[in-house]
Formats: sequence, structure tokens, C-alpha cells
Amino acid sequence: MPDATGLELIAQELRDAEGAGVVTDTLFFRDRATVTVQAMRIRAVLAHLRAQGYAFLASVHGVDYYPHEPRLGVHYELLDMSRVDRITVKVRVPSDAPEVESVTPDAADGPGWPTANHQEREVFDMFGVVFRGHPDLRRILMPEDYEGHPQRRDFPIGGEPVIFTYNEREAYPSGRTSGASTREGAGA
Amino acid sequence: MSPTEQPTMSEYRRREQSITLAPVEEQLGALGDTGTDDSTHELLTLNFGPHHPATHGVLRLLVTLQGEIVRDVKPIIGYVHTGIEKTAEDKSYWKVIPVVERMDYLSYYFNAMAFCGAVETLLEVDVPKRAQYLRVIHLELNRIMSHLVWLGTSALDLGAISMFWYCFREREKILDLFEMSSGQRMHTRYFQVGGVIEDIPRGFAEKLRGFLAEMPSRVDQYRDMLNGNEIVLQRLRGTCPLDAGTLLSLGVTGPLLRAAGNPWDLRKADPYSSYDDFEFKIPVGTAGDNYDRFACRVAEMYESVKIVAQALDGLPEGPHITEDRKVALPPRHELATSMEALIHHFKLVTEGMRVPPGEVYFPIESPRGELGCFVRSDGSSKPARVHMRDPSFVNLQATAPMVKGAYIADLIATLAMLDPILGGIDR
Repeated sequence: MPDATGLELIAQELRDAEGAGVVTDTLFFRDRATVTVQAMRIRAVLAHLRAQGYAFLASVHGVDYYPHEPRLGVHYELLDMSRVDRITVKVRVPSDAPEVESVTPDAADGPGWPTANHQEREVFDMFGVVFRGHPDLRRILMPEDYEGHPQRRDFPIGGEPVIFTYNEREAYPSGRTSGASTREGAGA
Repeated sequence: MSPTEQPTMSEYRRREQSITLAPVEEQLGALGDTGTDDSTHELLTLNFGPHHPATHGVLRLLVTLQGEIVRDVKPIIGYVHTGIEKTAEDKSYWKVIPVVERMDYLSYYFNAMAFCGAVETLLEVDVPKRAQYLRVIHLELNRIMSHLVWLGTSALDLGAISMFWYCFREREKILDLFEMSSGQRMHTRYFQVGGVIEDIPRGFAEKLRGFLAEMPSRVDQYRDMLNGNEIVLQRLRGTCPLDAGTLLSLGVTGPLLRAAGNPWDLRKADPYSSYDDFEFKIPVGTAGDNYDRFACRVAEMYESVKIVAQALDGLPEGPHITEDRKVALPPRHELATSMEALIHHFKLVTEGMRVPPGEVYFPIESPRGELGCFVRSDGSSKPARVHMRDPSFVNLQATAPMVKGAYIADLIATLAMLDPILGGIDR
């Protein structure tokens, strides 16, 4: 881990390279370094840190900071394998415009991080964060026709009925389940 | 009939003679990997899974085939998504352990370790040395157990059914040990925040020593049985290799990365739970093909046996869980004599511990790679966010680059060597 001074040095380098406004916050907590940056500059920030040796993107995950604003967060856990050094890059976006630059594809500004593909899809699925430029931004764990983003803090637990054969008609009144249509077909 | 007279060929014979037995690459001719000329070979999209024994769970793959050659693979997941991360937000910290254990159901000790490690970092609790050693013993036994299930089911995919029974025979012995120390065979809830729930019982060490003495010779047998098998070698050697650079860009860790020659192992690189006290080697491969993936995991079983033996021999005396009464339950005998212990017990069981606000990502080396647990606390007695960076979920993205251009039979072998656990992928 970079120490508290090392984190400030990295933040200052980022400001020098990408403009003063790019870093919005730094945090050194429990020997772990976190730098918060602007959501639409994340590609440039990660590319800069990759050049510093943080070449492995270990994890991308979302957080809901409800009731704090900006509400949604995306964390990028970077790892430098030769120095065994980790740094967390964080972006925060409001829930009414949850847009983050996707780091997955290769683009004109440099190579992407293919590992982020499924992980960004999961964050989109669970939190509704839209990754601009993602090649295939679809739900990954929840069904395609699911409504809402279940990992948000205001999404209720148990708010959804469990579907059995006896109650599938009430749950899906439009009759779009295969079981309902088969039975109608058999009756006709 | 004179020999000069041509026998009239039946319709069946003529059709039979039109079949060429040349390898598929030759039949495709200059087509190669480009797949642009579809005048003679059309692409077939095949649905594979979710209910298929070779997918090791409910993994569904949309496979695009040209003849027998895989041109594209699209994994479709989510069939066992149970919202464990959401459930965890509704439970106090110590009640989260049983639910996260059920994510990757073959490495439950690892899930518990990652979660407990993250919470201990937030709490700044020191885990006693004896608890760290007990954790290592169970983690490495769990690693052997997970690799045994992988070896048995992978051999089953390749058509060798007897390996399955042999591997499950040894696995039973490990599960017996788990049952002895915790009362459960799977999802044991043995690891607690601050240590382990109970010290190992009398007789556990002897039984474990017996297992450790036997296990290396068993792995010898399995290795010899498969290494000397022509069919297994032909299915594994040289099939579906992927270089370390591509694997790293895809975020792949664990035995898959080590098989490609990169000796990255968090137990060595960034030791947690006293792993730096033990001597062990990290098996690496050279070619990064399916055979190396197989060989790396088999070699890891020997190393895990060594680690368990060292941890058992050097097991220090002392408490098995932290003495911090705000985190760990007081011992049973104190409840009868100490009012304070009773209050602590009541507070812990009803409300649970309060964890200082903050965020921590705690990575460990699971049997499948980097298992990281992210925990965010808002200062209450329930976590505000629990996320597992599951290695199977990330490693699954390497399937398509591995199998593109290979035969569909190699897809089965690669999937087996990938060792995905769908409980961990879908969570």
C-alpha cells in the first residue's frame, strides 16, 4: 500500500497530468489508499495509474451511499503486482444521472481493461449505473425483463412474491409465462 | 462374376465414399480462423446448458460452431443468483458469515475468511496466533477438498468415472475432519470475527496426522493414473492455451494464471493469517494449456498438505478467539459467574457488534484465485454493503479467448480446467 504521503503524491501527479479538478478527494484509512476522481475522467485516471505500475484491475464494484449524495459509487481496485501495492479509485455519481465512463473497451486514448466487462455489467444490473461506451451493457445476473436495481439501499428485501405454479397467473397477469400459455393452448 | 466387371454401387456406398476423413482444418481449407467464407460451411449456434453435467453447475453457453470448431462462446449466467449480497445487508455482522459461506459452495472457509478479514480490519481487532494457525489448517484442508472435487468432476468430463469415486473418498475424510472441529461438514461457520468459534477437539490432531500421512500417496496415485493415460493427455496437452498477459488483462488469477507461468499467489505476495510462517512452493506451468492447469492444481495439493502439517506441528498455545468482549462471545463458564459477561453476551446475540464506519477490500487466495471481500460499514451493527469479488465470476470471461478456434471437445476440457463454481459466479 502507498502510505498517506505516497497517496498525496499520487493525487498530486494526477492533478498535474489530468487537471486540478480531476481528484475530488483522497482518503487513507486502515492502511488502504483511496482516491476519488471525476466519473467521466476515470479512463484517463486508470491509464495514468497503469503507467505508474498499477497494471492489474482486481475488482470493480458498486456501492450505494444512500442517503448521502452523490448517492452511487463505483470502486476500482488496482494492483501493482511487482511492488505488491494496491490503490482504490472511486467515483461518485448522483442517482438521477448515474453515468460513468466505461473502462472496458480499447479506445483512441489507450487500451481498455477487458476484465471490467462483466463487472461493469454487474454494477449496472445491481445499481443502475450506466457505463458510457461499454460494448454490451445488459443485465448479467437478474432476468432481462427485471425492473429496478436490487442492490440499491431503498430497494426492499422480500418485496417480490415467489412464483409457484399456483400463483404465476396473479404474478404475471399478462400471461407471458410459458406455463400459462401452454395451459391456455391445451384448453382451446 | 468376372473380376473385370464393375459391381454396381449402391446408393449407400456412394454416399459413404463421399465422406472425407481428413482433419477438420484441412476440410475448412484456407478458411482458417477467419471464418469469412461461409459458402460451404454454415455457422451453427448451439445452446449448451444450463442443465448439463459438464457445465459444473447451471452455466449456460451459447456456442457458435463451424463444423466442430468453436467460433464464439457467450456465457449466460444468473440462474442461481440468490441475492446473498443483498441478504447480508439485512443481517448483523456475525450472522452474515453463514450466508457468504454459501456463495462459492466449495470454498466456504475462504468466503468466511475474506469476510472476517475485512470486518477485523475495520474493527482493528488482532486475531490470536493460535486462531490464525487453526484458520490456515482449515483453509488448506478446504483447498485440497475443493481441488479434489475439481479433479474428480473434471476426470468425469473426460470420461474417467473411477477418479470421481477416488477423489470423493478422500474428500469425505476432510469433511469428517470439518465435522469434528465444527459439527458441520459443509458451510461450517467455524471462522468468526476475531478468531474461530471453538478450539479443535481432542483426537482431531491425531486424525489429521493420519490424513496428512496418507494424502500425498493418494495424490501420487491420482497423478500417475491420469498422467499415464493417453486419452487424458491427448485431451489436455496443448489444448486451449492462453498467455499470461492476456490472462492478466482479463483479470484471471489463481491456478489458471500460475499455469501460464506467472507465480502470483497472495499467500506469498501479501501474506495474511500467518502464511509467511510456513514453507511452501508455488507450482507454476510453462505453456498455459489445459495440461498445465491440471498439473498446477495437482501439485498444489502436495503443498497444501505441507502447510497443514507445519501449522499443526507449530500450533501455538493461547486463545482461539480474540479476548475483546465487544467482538467475541464470552466463554460459557463466565456466564454463570460474571454479570458483565452476561451483558456482553446479550448485546452480541441481540444487536451484534457495532463496526466503525469505513470501507475495506480484503483479498485472499482462494482455490480459484483472488477472492476479495469488500465491506462498507456505516457504523451500525449491520454492514451497509458486502461484495465478493469472486474469482470464478472474473475467470469466466477467459472462456471465449481460450476456446475460440478449438474443437468443441476441447471446450468441455477447458471448462473443466477453468473450474467455475456457479454459486460463486451468481452469488
